[in-house]
Amino acid sequence: MGNEFYTLHDFMLFTKGAAYYLMGAIVLGVLGFWLYITGRDEDTFIK
Amino acid sequence: MSTEPIDVKKNLYTPFNLVVGFILLLGGIVTILRFTKGLGAVTNLSDNNPWGIWISFDLLCGVALAAGGYTTSAACYVFGLKRFHSAVRPAILTAFLGYALVVFALHYDVGRPWRLAYPIVVQSGPTSVLFEVGLCVFLYLITLFIEWVPSAFEWLGFRKPRDIIVRMTLALTIFGVILSTMHQSSLGALYLIAPSKLHPLWYSSFIPVFFFVSSIAAGLSMVIFEGSLSHRYLHDKMDATYLAEHDGVTYGFAKGAAMVLTLYFLIKVVGLTLDNNWHYLLTGYGAWFLVELLGFVALPAFLYAIAVREQNLTLIRWTALLTVLGIVVNRFNISQVAFNWQLPSADRYFPSVMEIIISVFVVTLGLLAFRFISSRMPIFYEHPDFKEHEPIDLHEHELKSHPQTWGH
Repeated sequence: MGNEFYTLHDFMLFTKGAAYYLMGAIVLGVLGFWLYITGRDEDTFIK
Repeated sequence: MSTEPIDVKKNLYTPFNLVVGFILLLGGIVTILRFTKGLGAVTNLSDNNPWGIWISFDLLCGVALAAGGYTTSAACYVFGLKRFHSAVRPAILTAFLGYALVVFALHYDVGRPWRLAYPIVVQSGPTSVLFEVGLCVFLYLITLFIEWVPSAFEWLGFRKPRDIIVRMTLALTIFGVILSTMHQSSLGALYLIAPSKLHPLWYSSFIPVFFFVSSIAAGLSMVIFEGSLSHRYLHDKMDATYLAEHDGVTYGFAKGAAMVLTLYFLIKVVGLTLDNNWHYLLTGYGAWFLVELLGFVALPAFLYAIAVREQNLTLIRWTALLTVLGIVVNRFNISQVAFNWQLPSADRYFPSVMEIIISVFVVTLGLLAFRFISSRMPIFYEHPDFKEHEPIDLHEHELKSHPQTWGH
């Protein structure tokens, strides 16, 4: 946002770099979300 | 469960029948107009907007919401989650009727409907994405018909052909999953050809992936939604096994839908990042995009998670409705709202009343067909002559396995 890109390489470097950081956060986030959903499974019939 | 023949004489003039009769009458009149006067007489379609509400709703939404067929049968037969077995037949029926009505509605939309089968039998266009969609829908409709037909054979007492088809179940399921994966994504791929027409927030090179992943969430939510309605209005057609497994199906599918919606939300954000489209979020279209992404994707994912954790069936059912609406909003955004977004408003498309009547007419036909079939054929129960499972003592089963949820 607000960045000036003069070459396709600059653009790809910026967007792919941001996406890699995002994917790292996603792995942790999805793991946390899964633990939240299944957190009470032992108490219920959903195995 | 009732196996008594239905008394068609009673309650003929119910509010439901009167409303349905009125819709069928209007639909019949518009159908005659469409096929005698042409598309121009009943639609607002133009060269700028050749794809209207019949494509957006009847086709794009219809195909996405019929995804419950392949998701349920894949869960049961491919992934071996046999506790979802009782949900397979209603899901297959919904999918079969959904696809049949997609093809039915296409006859209204194409200029020369008698040529609808040309790509299959006369001249294919293997370089076209639309050809792939057409071929897959054609093959998948046949597959769904074969998957559904054992119910009809059981109803008619045709044991031998029924047994032959039942033995093909796994192969049919795998074939159906392959076809669905291909055409659900290809429906999104159709829009890859129009980067200058589709707003950048909705256009992405990942749009086939978005369509496919969202169709899984749509299918799971549609099974929950349809199951809730059936539970309410067709309760007397359900046997003990179906009733015993119903809550487990709802919780299992809600958990799956929560994860798939989360995944869908995250890949949409990745798509936004890779195209560096963040600045569009500050525009009017950006606000609407955020409504779709936060209100109809992130919110239902969160609500599903809470509902599964808190064992709240009512919340799951409302969330399923929200998700279904979200898929409709998404398909309308891509095919109408954000399509041709740079055209002046005078050149934009808005459906005519007659187009809307036909869409309502098609949905009504689907509802009637579903009610007709599920009232007569073994959809929500196992036919007594074709039982494969031991009957379940409902009360005992519930006490053992669903101690907290029975009674909803």
